[in-house]
Amino acid sequence: MEFTLITLLNGLSYGLLLFLLSSGLTLIFSMLGVLNFAHASFYMLGAYFAYAISIQLGFWPALLLAPLLVGLLGALVERFGLRHVRRHGQVAELLFTFGLSYVIVELVQLAWGKSAMPYAIPAQLDGPLFTLYSTAFPMYRGFMMLLALLTLLTASWLLKRSRIGLLIQAALTHPQMLEALGHNVPRIFTLVFAAGCALAGLAGVVGGNAFVTEPGMAAGVGSIIFVVVVVGGLGSLAGAFIASLLIGILQTYAVALDVSLLSGLARWGIQVSPEAIGYPLLRLTLAQVAPVFPYLLLVLVMLLRPRGLLGRRD
Amino acid sequence: MTLSSLRSKSVWPGFALILIVAPLVFAQSAALSILSQCGCMMILALSFNMLLGQSGMLSFGHAVYAGLAAFVSVHVMNSLAGGSAAALLLVPLVGGIAGMLAGAAFGFVTTRRSGTALSMISLALVELIAAGVLMFPGWFGGESGVNTDRVLGAPFIGIDFASQLQVYYLIAFWLFVCAAAMYALTQTPLGRIANAVRDNPERAAFIGHDPRRVRYLMFMLSAFFAGIGGALTAINFEIVSAENLSLLRSAQILLFTFIGGIGYFFGPMIGAVVGVLFSSLLSTYTRGWQLYLGLLFVMIVLFAPGGIAGIWGRLAERRRGIGMASLIRLAGLLLLAGVAVFLIEMLYRRAAVQ
Repeated sequence: MEFTLITLLNGLSYGLLLFLLSSGLTLIFSMLGVLNFAHASFYMLGAYFAYAISIQLGFWPALLLAPLLVGLLGALVERFGLRHVRRHGQVAELLFTFGLSYVIVELVQLAWGKSAMPYAIPAQLDGPLFTLYSTAFPMYRGFMMLLALLTLLTASWLLKRSRIGLLIQAALTHPQMLEALGHNVPRIFTLVFAAGCALAGLAGVVGGNAFVTEPGMAAGVGSIIFVVVVVGGLGSLAGAFIASLLIGILQTYAVALDVSLLSGLARWGIQVSPEAIGYPLLRLTLAQVAPVFPYLLLVLVMLLRPRGLLGRRD
Repeated sequence: MTLSSLRSKSVWPGFALILIVAPLVFAQSAALSILSQCGCMMILALSFNMLLGQSGMLSFGHAVYAGLAAFVSVHVMNSLAGGSAAALLLVPLVGGIAGMLAGAAFGFVTTRRSGTALSMISLALVELIAAGVLMFPGWFGGESGVNTDRVLGAPFIGIDFASQLQVYYLIAFWLFVCAAAMYALTQTPLGRIANAVRDNPERAAFIGHDPRRVRYLMFMLSAFFAGIGGALTAINFEIVSAENLSLLRSAQILLFTFIGGIGYFFGPMIGAVVGVLFSSLLSTYTRGWQLYLGLLFVMIVLFAPGGIAGIWGRLAERRRGIGMASLIRLAGLLLLAGVAVFLIEMLYRRAAVQ
């Protein structure tokens, strides 16, 4: 029971971080129709910027400034890069952001080197939040969950209730009409792209010290957020929410479980000799298979329901 | 006999001649090794362009098919050890079949969708397979990979593939065959329909061709040629590891192909040469070669979507000379690029001192 609850909480916090990441990606996709390949790179930049700022000013200013900086960069990328590529179609957009991710990793290594950064959790949030049975749940994980939920509630309130949200929704469905009414639609696009990148940056600020800040962090999480977005259904925020929690919880459980098919069979009284066909497959523990779970899930969803869990269109 | 038809008739013999003469001009061992790498990469880039350029499928997993085929080839070579050296001639074919089988299995999932979703599925499959390979160290050799020896046995009419020159000619032979086959494919109805599916899947469907089926067929054929390229890579390096089917390797194939130009049949070959020169020559001068490669790629996506081949084509079409204005613009661009390179190099030096 203790194990189940703690793992569930850890899985939830990881899932919420994934959602913080993939929400920006989904937002950009539903708005601009481009899947930003460099999204995880902005997450990485968020972590590195936060580290650089927190050395000078402390963690709390970094929490505010780093996402803003990343958002500004995102705006520049959209204004001077993506906007010019758009006329060449979707593949060109994907290629451009892909090249960008390649360049950003190299630039990060150029500026900060290849080793991991000592980006630490702030002292105020370092410690146990509460104790379940005998296991302490870290305060910082709770803070991450709270921050993710608050951000997402704010974002959804902005989209649903505010004037700018109204404009964004209109730009999605009736861009020409909006132009005719005198709004600058390209600027709205830039704003949305910047906001999506800022969300990724924010995820980087809290994810960077919760996990690790190093040049490989973008590649590590990049493919997973694409899985989240495709499994949830391209452009569906609710789908991304379900998918990220699902993947977060699945992976956290899998990593913590040290059972294999072999031990399962042994429990039923079936002994398999090492010479048997498929023995290497049976011997694999869940923890060893954990890294491929998200991708297996994606393949399964693609075979059974190609548009994703809550996707409305193929 | 017009000039253009004469030119198109002389292309293939010319290509064969270049392949034969190249190692005689660049006879040093380092140059031979680079030429061999270029040959393998050309096959990979050409086969990748069957997906991206000809069928509009942006796959992020091309290295998977080459890599799996390379593993199969290595195991086949190890089981053939002690036999005839001539068997090596057919190892690439085995690799091709292995690549095709992998393409049939994974392509089924990948090609169910088109556009962005297809790219994402291919990305997930790369990650899946790259992680999966490490789980079975028995067959894939874990982190260190699987070694082999390309000298299978007694020389066959004096050829045992011990020297790099003989390996180069093996690669060149297969490169010529593959390039000719892939070019022929573009002229077949399937190749034409693949273009139609790329440009307008709906219309292709209306004239009775299921886009999904066309994509799947092209995917399998592309995986076949990728498999040949992978097998040749295995023969060339005599080692295959999980790195061979990583996302990074797929990304490199994509970068090289696009830099060369996806709109022309020979574009990917230029890209392969540029890419191999970048990664083998430039990397000895600077640690920043990957950054330059990335920047070059981004610049090409932004300003010259036709790649190097596209720029070349545009220059060739120009009847009149190059004007003063464009010369000044070119000089300005070169100056900017020089300044950028200088700054980046200074930063790398600074990073090295720390």
